[in-house]
Amino acid sequence: MANEPIVDFEAIKNDLTNVPKPIQILNENAEVVDKAAFDSFSDDDLVEFMKKMVWERALHEQTMNFSRQGRMGFYAPTEGEEASEMGTVLAMKDQDYLLPAYRDVPQLIQHGATVTEAYLWSRGHVIGNKFKARSMMPQIIIGAAYNEAAGVAMGIKKNKEEDAIAFTYTGDGGTSQGDSYEGMNFAGAFQVPALFIVQNNGFAISTPRKKQTAAPTLAQKAVAAGIPSVQVDGMDILACYRVAKAARDYMVAGNGPVMIETLTYRYGAHSSAGDDPKRYRTKEETQPWFDKDPLIRLRKVLEDKGLWSEEQEDKLVDEYKASFKEAIKEADAVPADKVSDMLKRTFEIPTPEMKQEIEKFEAKESK
Amino acid sequence: MAKKTYIQAITDALDIVLEDDPKTLIFGEDVGKNGGVFRTTQGLQDKYGEDRVFDTPLAESGILGLATGLGLTGWRPIPEIQFMGFSFEAIDQIVGQEARMRFRFDGQKTSPVTIRTPYGGGTHTAEMHADNLESYFTGTPGLRVVMPSNPYDAKGLLISSVENNDPVLFMENLKLYRSMKDDIPDGKYTVPLDKANVVREGNDITIVAYGAEVNEAKKVADKLADKNISVEVIDLRTVSPIDTETIFKSIEKTHKVVIVQEAQKMAGVGAQVASAIAEGAVLSLDAPVGRVAAPNSVYPFAQSEDYWIPGADEIEEKVNEILNY
Repeated sequence: MANEPIVDFEAIKNDLTNVPKPIQILNENAEVVDKAAFDSFSDDDLVEFMKKMVWERALHEQTMNFSRQGRMGFYAPTEGEEASEMGTVLAMKDQDYLLPAYRDVPQLIQHGATVTEAYLWSRGHVIGNKFKARSMMPQIIIGAAYNEAAGVAMGIKKNKEEDAIAFTYTGDGGTSQGDSYEGMNFAGAFQVPALFIVQNNGFAISTPRKKQTAAPTLAQKAVAAGIPSVQVDGMDILACYRVAKAARDYMVAGNGPVMIETLTYRYGAHSSAGDDPKRYRTKEETQPWFDKDPLIRLRKVLEDKGLWSEEQEDKLVDEYKASFKEAIKEADAVPADKVSDMLKRTFEIPTPEMKQEIEKFEAKESK
Repeated sequence: MAKKTYIQAITDALDIVLEDDPKTLIFGEDVGKNGGVFRTTQGLQDKYGEDRVFDTPLAESGILGLATGLGLTGWRPIPEIQFMGFSFEAIDQIVGQEARMRFRFDGQKTSPVTIRTPYGGGTHTAEMHADNLESYFTGTPGLRVVMPSNPYDAKGLLISSVENNDPVLFMENLKLYRSMKDDIPDGKYTVPLDKANVVREGNDITIVAYGAEVNEAKKVADKLADKNISVEVIDLRTVSPIDTETIFKSIEKTHKVVIVQEAQKMAGVGAQVASAIAEGAVLSLDAPVGRVAAPNSVYPFAQSEDYWIPGADEIEEKVNEILNY
């Protein structure tokens, strides 16, 4: 028998690294690398994007402040991910159905929930889930939203809503969940308008991206499901917006799903519960990412154009933070959820046992 | 009215809910052209089209995720899990997502999903194709678990399940699929959820059973009737929640009870019934609670299955033991 292998697996493996460069409009030195794309934005657009990122960072800072004061429940820090989060969500319309994960509270607010509702969600109050936005609550089970997004997208298609899509987020760790593949595969098989966004922020709590998978990119994970996918510079809000908008336009034209991997970075801890990133990464590793900061980048462009100033930004931050302080006051004024009310919403038609429990708790609560 | 099998009764019910409500959807592995591996969805794709009855990729979590998402966008999904042993693949969507939906959103969003799946033994299948997994789900608030014991109930309970606005796990007994026929009224009728049924009235002892074991219990009741022993048989029909009122009422009359389940004994539905009796009706009893269940082993391979599943003989033995206490 001949010993010569019939196939060169090493060559096939090496070929997997032949992927296009991530899409970028503004590089880390604030240089325009795609002039045509850059010119598609008006000055007002650029200012609006900047405001959104300033808003998200202010939300992060103020909310972490509340957290340190013991005024929040679970909350996932978002610093560093402003371009990825705001860029993608701003490309969506109100009628699109959002399926966020726990780090996607800023997008949920952007999509129509109030900050007060977001704070009540964090604190564990049902009113936090009763927002008007067309959205699920922030999903805790990473991967579950990908499965559900396929169903929501199918529902949208069956409803004949022609100008609507489902869009969902997970992180680099989430792509290791079997569910994230099942969701993409279902959406692909049924050709339904689901936009899968992977915010690759480098870490799943402490586990680095390179330990999640041997795949050279996470965008490639969509390829096996027959879904077009792309990597985008997740620190460049203009690129994130244009890619998300292109994906949405492609889907509402009657095409199937798209997957976007945004290359971003979580500056801080995994959650407000306070893990210490110094345990799993060095300053040498993190500094290059801080240098790519999405706000620095766009701020420089705007300042060069004479469209932005430090005073203007400081004033905005103060305004935003004042609004978050108002929001938490509103949240403080909401009475705690009652156990009897909780029991009542388990089933539409309460079971006999449930009725007894409701009576028991109502009696206690009326004392 | 026609004599129909359990499978035909289910097909009937599915036909009716597809006809009645344009928002109902049936999907799962092989449910379309093939009509399901047991032919429960036979002819439905032809009649209602591929938009309403369709095949999915082979992934249970994906199927149930699809159901959750469709439920959120106004549809009424009736997904099938081809064999209940495959439901572990989908447990997050069922327990972690669908069962919590009304609670999470205070009814603003719901999950009106009816999950159909065959379970139970006695048909000598491959591993993971025969199982009694109800107790993995009966401890899930927000989810109903329904287990019909006969074709008539199967049709009426399935229609009720689909019409209910909360998620229902609808467990179809594999062995009963083709082994039993009932007179099934044409057209729509419902059998209420959450309500046990007294299928034999009696005065000397109560047997509480569900699923295929109801038929074994009825055999025992018939046999003992010849010996002038009057046995009351209760079919739980819905195993979560459990209709304790019907059970207590019966025990107040008979003062003796034997609880029968096809599943392994540990932490099963029978244990929940026994515990409810201990809390709410123990003073009506004049003998210990009797239990008949399968041993606490892994579900057996096909060859030893027939000896493992409790049948009429084991029930009769236990009934005599409690009667002679």
